Amino acid sequence: MTDAFPKPARNVTVPEFEPKTTMEKPMKIYSKAIILVAALALSACSGANRFGPGGAGGIGGADGSVSDPASPAYFQQTIGDRVLFPVDQATLTAEGRDLLILQARWLMANGDYSAIIEGHADEQGTRAYNLALGARRSNAVHEYLISQGVSPARLKTVTFGKERPISICSVESCYSQNRRAVTVVAAGGTS
Amino acid sequence: MKTIQALGLALALIGLPSVTFAQQSSGPLRIEITDGVIEPLPFAVPDFVAETPAAQEFAQSIGAVIASDLAATGLFREIPKDAHIARPTSFDSPVQYSDWKAINAQALIKGAVSAGADGKLVVKFRVFDVFADAQLGDGLQFGGSTGSWRRMAHKVADAVYSRITGEGGYFDSRVVFVSESGPKNSRLKRLAIMDYDGANVQFLTDNSSIVLAPRFSPTGDRVLYTSYESGFPRIYVLDVGTVKRRALDVQAEAMTFAPRFGPDGRMVVFSLSQGGNTDIYKMDINGQGAQRLTSTPSIETAPSFSPDGNRIVFESDRSGTPQLYVMSANGGEATRISFGKGRYGTPVWSPRGDLIAFTKQANGRFHIGVMRADGAEERLLTASFLDEGPTWSPNGRVIMFTRETQGASGIPALYSVDISGRNLRRVPIDGGASDPAWSPLLK
Repeated sequence: MTDAFPKPARNVTVPEFEPKTTMEKPMKIYSKAIILVAALALSACSGANRFGPGGAGGIGGADGSVSDPASPAYFQQTIGDRVLFPVDQATLTAEGRDLLILQARWLMANGDYSAIIEGHADEQGTRAYNLALGARRSNAVHEYLISQGVSPARLKTVTFGKERPISICSVESCYSQNRRAVTVVAAGGTS
Repeated sequence: MKTIQALGLALALIGLPSVTFAQQSSGPLRIEITDGVIEPLPFAVPDFVAETPAAQEFAQSIGAVIASDLAATGLFREIPKDAHIARPTSFDSPVQYSDWKAINAQALIKGAVSAGADGKLVVKFRVFDVFADAQLGDGLQFGGSTGSWRRMAHKVADAVYSRITGEGGYFDSRVVFVSESGPKNSRLKRLAIMDYDGANVQFLTDNSSIVLAPRFSPTGDRVLYTSYESGFPRIYVLDVGTVKRRALDVQAEAMTFAPRFGPDGRMVVFSLSQGGNTDIYKMDINGQGAQRLTSTPSIETAPSFSPDGNRIVFESDRSGTPQLYVMSANGGEATRISFGKGRYGTPVWSPRGDLIAFTKQANGRFHIGVMRADGAEERLLTASFLDEGPTWSPNGRVIMFTRETQGASGIPALYSVDISGRNLRRVPIDGGASDPAWSPLLK
């Protein structure tokens, strides 16, 4: 040390902080994302609830023709893939139960398909609470479909909390669309 | 790989060759931090003296970071350099106090920088109590690589802050957060880390999966967070130095989120959702000894340990609306501590243990607030369309949080506010940012 500082106690070297930016995502996620983007491009009207790379990896858009009653597209658009909830509620409405009866019938008639039920919340609430609320909503649908005879082995639930609004304005007309549980059907098992 | 833990910046206490001892009679330079409105203390930081040619490029920048740190607290006010009468050209030249009194600089920070051929930087400084005609405390010096010059500047600012307020500093610290981009209905999120003041943003994950709510370990070397990598929300732990991550080994079929470390850095408390019900669990970071702490049909989430590790504050809607509760770290009966009108969430125990910060939702607005650990003396610090997720500065004086603007183009940003409710500031970061978590003071 310099003469001006006769008693430096320590003089330890400080390494720079340089974390690597990770790019270690498994390739299969990327390829799924690419397939998803391609599917959305081909089928604009089925893309309403499908998420980009930041969303539910693994879940594709609804396939097939709306005119084919055995197709996911028919399930999504003709039967209806979602039920809505009042503010801070996870109890099914009468309208919601009626729709889920139709969903259950379709699932039982189309045994090759499994479903993931996504629970969502509007943006009025904290992130953690909305994750828990979305879990309640997806579970309400899950339980009801099972009560209508769908095998639990074909169903999974996931919460997205307030992470994936479908309507992005900040008023009730959007919020009411975002408080939803969406049944996403896909060929094969749920895993 | 290097970890933050390995970043020990040497704090070398320097014996001073020509010490003028502080005069007790004149009253020491001191800011008492109270809740009352205070007049910021005027200080001067002349450019640090570059003692070697290679130090030239750092001398001015280091002074600027120190001044920025101090001024941003709201407790200090910088006297601009163009008002200075004296311009020190040598670190050891005597201070002409009259020059600094004339511009009403109550504190003077004088420093020097030298850079060796080996790429090592040495920063030294002294603080002077101008109106006492005296040096305040000992001179200090820090050594490190040129790349860590901002850290050395923060260290100087921490020392100055600490000497004048009597409290620990918070400038040499980092914040981990979620960087956001893209439209609101398909937002891309990735973990990022930065200096507490928004500088040196570096990404820790890519944006291929939704990531949420990162939380530092007590030593700042690891981060717990929630990721949708598997398609389902699940807790991961990431090593900040190597950016290697692994999923926490919990029940495979359960969704897990809202994790936080305990003060020992081993215990993790979190929420687990199964069958639509969300409860609080804790387990060892290595997956051992999972224990369910709550078992009600209501939502229990957002747990946070007290600094001594004995208690956990959390959020529950068991009363019908989300409210704050405190229980033993081993579970059992919980005591409700929030009783105001509205919905309460995301409680976080302060590092001092005296206060709990929270998010409150009332009358269509969101607030960040603090209350004592027993729920007394609730105080709201902010109000906006959407404020949430407070995190504490290492010294428990400042809270950083997420503020999101409304509407289709709404975007989140990080803000900080003093626990008195003063000094609300946006942390300057490019793009959207949410879910900040403040590290401990770096070593």
